[in-house]
Amino acid sequence: MSNELVPMKQPTYYEEVERKGYSRRDFLQFVSMMTAFIGLENSAMGQVAKALETQPRLPVIWLHFQECTCCSESFIRSSHPIVADILLDKISLDYTETLMAASGFQAEKCMKDTMEKYKGKYILCVEGSVPMGADGVYCMIGGKTSLQILEEAAENAQAIIAWGSCASNGCVQSAKPNPTKATPIHKLVKGKPVIKVPGCPPIGEVMAGVIVHLLTFGRIPELDKLGRPKAFYSKRVHDTCYRRPFYDAGLYVESFDDENARKGYCLYKVGCKGPSTYNACGVMKWNNGTSFPIQSGHPCIGCSEENYWDNGRLYERGSSFAGFGIEANADTVGKVALGVTAAALAGHAVMTNVRKKKLILGLEEEGKQSEHELKS
Amino acid sequence: MKTKFLHVHRLRRVYVWELPVRYYHWLNALAIIVLIVTGFFIANPLAIQSHQEAANQFTMGWVRVAHFIASYIFFFNFLFRIYWGFVGNKYANWNQFIPTSKKFFREMWHVFKIDILMMRGKEHISIGHNAMAGFIYFFTFLAFLVQCLTGFGLYASMSTWWLPKLFAWVPILFGGDSMIRIIHHWSMWFFILFAVIHVYLVFYHDYVEGRGEISSMGGGWKFIEEEVFQNEEHHTPNEPKNKA
Repeated sequence: MSNELVPMKQPTYYEEVERKGYSRRDFLQFVSMMTAFIGLENSAMGQVAKALETQPRLPVIWLHFQECTCCSESFIRSSHPIVADILLDKISLDYTETLMAASGFQAEKCMKDTMEKYKGKYILCVEGSVPMGADGVYCMIGGKTSLQILEEAAENAQAIIAWGSCASNGCVQSAKPNPTKATPIHKLVKGKPVIKVPGCPPIGEVMAGVIVHLLTFGRIPELDKLGRPKAFYSKRVHDTCYRRPFYDAGLYVESFDDENARKGYCLYKVGCKGPSTYNACGVMKWNNGTSFPIQSGHPCIGCSEENYWDNGRLYERGSSFAGFGIEANADTVGKVALGVTAAALAGHAVMTNVRKKKLILGLEEEGKQSEHELKS
Repeated sequence: MKTKFLHVHRLRRVYVWELPVRYYHWLNALAIIVLIVTGFFIANPLAIQSHQEAANQFTMGWVRVAHFIASYIFFFNFLFRIYWGFVGNKYANWNQFIPTSKKFFREMWHVFKIDILMMRGKEHISIGHNAMAGFIYFFTFLAFLVQCLTGFGLYASMSTWWLPKLFAWVPILFGGDSMIRIIHHWSMWFFILFAVIHVYLVFYHDYVEGRGEISSMGGGWKFIEEEVFQNEEHHTPNEPKNKA
């Protein structure tokens, strides 16, 4: 993503920031916040600032498929106003169904223009899963199926960002039995880097952080083996949770209205999925760092994890497989199996004494004989 | 010596379970008991009431520490047992667990008929594991493997040591920790069921055979009848017949 390849008439981020009436101080505040969010040290602030001062705006096509737009909502509520104002509203978006002013043929032309003008340069952001069932009729825009639009837009994209759990792992649409065959992006696009930013929605600052990283370094952030940026998804919510000491102490909320809930004990026993969820909620929190679900007294539902809808119930520590029967969790099945086993063994013991009577009596007689023959 | 019984057996002592096998067995049993008890606690902790400050309590912490220590013991013990399957005596050999001959299957069928269906017939004589038991132990080894993979897979992300980190691919294979946790919990029940049946069968064999099955895991020896000893055929299921 070098400068000279993008036409220079595009204003830089900083120019846009100035034009919008933000002060240098506002800009630097934004830079320092973003630097911290994307996991860089203080000294890298200059690099981030320089990138935003010199880089022309990054052309972005933002597609919406089967989704609820909560990712966009989260993004525009990102804590610093510059995020919404500059990264999204003013600078980057060349096409996004939800926020663009254009509609109809005009809008479609806008997308085509961006794809041609910035061939191989634009970033493709995808919000939502692609329905593959019934030839894709469940989600069509402008007469084209989601898959057609995605393939067309992905072909010349520099990188693809899969926003949210829908695009990253299918989310609720792909929950069993997945009637529309909702499919995440990485299964449909080959040969392009796909950055997964799961969450329902992902944290606004995380989304901004991914974009700023792309801008500053001109390459995708370091990803883990599931394709998520390491800076935000390498820690479990459990390990960064401020209620963790209660977990270790063995102090748990037993039900939502008990004394323990008032005391703010750990929500493990009311189904908190923090121990199996990788996200930055405990660190960054939501809505300008105000709170996050656990802080508000609600267990984590693990929304950024694959199949979180099917992996057991939301308010229980999961131990049941989807489709194994509603009530069948491991312990119920285990106890039944144990009972059956015990009954079978008792039956076997009885049968042993009946069927092998001769054999057992023989051993007994033999032993008794020796006992008699012994003198003392 | 005057006796009205023709079948007062002369018993011959056979060293079946070597000391390392016995150590392995009891260490394994202990580790599994600790792992099951602490595992149940971790899955669904008890509501312990205490007047102490939260900062002075570490209940779940200690239970987890116990679980992790036991799991390391279990893991290395398991690795040792695999090694011993290649260097130990014939009753500890890997071929006691993995069928490699028709004879193995024939014996399995025979054990099934005599011990499970309780059909009349010649009692089988096995000195180490019988073929059926050996084959079932093969599945317990698979269960050990599943527990090690899922357990260390879950542990990988909270560890700083390279060894658990080697298992970091496991959650990726299943798309996250949740499924791994569920598999880990379900497989645990296999151990409980196995233990119940295992203990029962030890008593059963001791009772109907009178060869010291129960105490064999203590001293290492079983006692076989002299005529069995004389009969070359009755050794281990996979052993070639012509081997002296």
